[in-house]
Amino acid sequence: MSHRSATTESAPVRWLLITLALLVLSLFLFLPLLAVFVEALRRGTDVFFAALHSPAALSAVQLTLTAAAVSVPLNTVFGVAAAWAVTKHQFRGRALLLSLIDLPFAVSPVIAGLVWVLLFGAQGWFGPWLAEHDIQIIFELPGIILATVFVTFPFVARELIPLMEAQGSDQELAAVTLGASGWQMFRRITLPNIKWGLLYGVLLCNARAMGEFGAVSVVSGHIRGKTNTLPLHIEVLYNEYQFSAAFACATLLGLLALFTLGLKTAVEQITHQRANRRT
Amino acid sequence: MSKPRVIPGFGLSLGFTVTYLSLIILIPLAALFVKAGGLGPAEWWRILSAPRVLAAAKLTFGASAAAATVSAVVGLLVTWVLVRYRFPGRRVLDAMVDLPFALPTAVAGITLTSIYAPNGWIGQYLAGWGIQGAYSPFGVFIALTFIGFPFVVRTVQPVMEDLGPELEEAAATLGAGRWTVFWRVILPALLPAIITGFTLAFARAIGEYGSVIFISGNLPMKTEILPLLIVSQLEQYKYRDAAVIAAGMLMVSFALLFLINLLQRRLNWHKR
Repeated sequence: MSHRSATTESAPVRWLLITLALLVLSLFLFLPLLAVFVEALRRGTDVFFAALHSPAALSAVQLTLTAAAVSVPLNTVFGVAAAWAVTKHQFRGRALLLSLIDLPFAVSPVIAGLVWVLLFGAQGWFGPWLAEHDIQIIFELPGIILATVFVTFPFVARELIPLMEAQGSDQELAAVTLGASGWQMFRRITLPNIKWGLLYGVLLCNARAMGEFGAVSVVSGHIRGKTNTLPLHIEVLYNEYQFSAAFACATLLGLLALFTLGLKTAVEQITHQRANRRT
Repeated sequence: MSKPRVIPGFGLSLGFTVTYLSLIILIPLAALFVKAGGLGPAEWWRILSAPRVLAAAKLTFGASAAAATVSAVVGLLVTWVLVRYRFPGRRVLDAMVDLPFALPTAVAGITLTSIYAPNGWIGQYLAGWGIQGAYSPFGVFIALTFIGFPFVVRTVQPVMEDLGPELEEAAATLGAGRWTVFWRVILPALLPAIITGFTLAFARAIGEYGSVIFISGNLPMKTEILPLLIVSQLEQYKYRDAAVIAAGMLMVSFALLFLINLLQRRLNWHKR
């Protein structure tokens, strides 16, 4: 321990605080996580696997994967571009841009769905035009994707901006001085520097995209086997009192969350070791 | 700016950023405000002063404030233990703090409900003391605390890690006890971060939907939150009511974040 005794607490106080924190976290974090799996297996593994194999569940998984496959790459490209613009350059309105990128964090998911209904719904601004051309956005896949993109908008950018700010631009400047083209510099210098942060940002964005409930709930028509994503399917099962089936589907998302957290810890360890090696 | 730009890609990246931001976030939000703003003050007043809206607003802001306050206290305790003490399982615990970020809200909702329901793991003990866990305003508070406390931990943690021992040593040399050092030296240094964490937790709680609607029971006038009210207006095709409630909510959230930013700046300025 680096602190001397004058700057830490006595052993009893220390252990009391640790016990208290452990107690709070077990009640708050471990118990809910455990409950997902216990409830899912309460009525046996047959019910569990039947719930996962039902056509409605499979189509929900497929829809969730499709929505994430479109929205995550979009927000990844945005995140890299935004971080590049904000951290490698100085310009007027930079602070404003930074707060605007964070804006979706302060918007309720329900409102993130509502805005698309107001734009593209039957009563919306573009509603009549869309109806004329026989294009359906709300209650269909495009609406689900738009809602997901809105909600997961800041995740990659938020992960990259502090990282790239801390790294500075010296290496890029050196590359330019030595005659590298923009693309060469990005691929050979920037990308290797940010790859772990980028990976974590993408994973976080993906976890949120696959788990999004409120925004998607507003724009989806709740049509079973058609516009129900996995979280919406869980809600339907739960409201029909099919608790075991609902929790069985919830285990998929619970495992996704655990996987994301595990990878985050691994990424942090790697970057930490790198930083130590450098100094 | 007169300095020539050395690093390429400024126009392209900024252009794309601003265009995408406008298309996905700014224009849709503007559409919401235009829709709500086109109604006039009398209509706004009629919609927002409805008893059901007021009851939902009271519950939403009240439970969010309570949850963010408890999050700040619990978050500070957890951060303290994670940063200052070494004990087995610390790394796992540190990683698990992010669980509420990573766990989809619908999953959190049904799980917390099953735990805090009258026959649930914790709910049965609460029921013994006459406290109703799930299907009550207390249930809303529980869900919002679950969602909120990682924000406090993750904003306070880096600041606490950077806090050098010099000030504490100086205070101890001058005869201050641990408790005095905590109140007079450590807490003031952490306060801006705690306030930021509180605000993030509060702002997130106001808009939270998925984890709350399962545990709240959704009784109008009793356990109905504002986001749910927006959804139920939408389901009745009352688009204008939904837009006005949403616009009002956003205005309160943005105003709150703005105020806290000002306060933050003042605290930081004071520190310098």
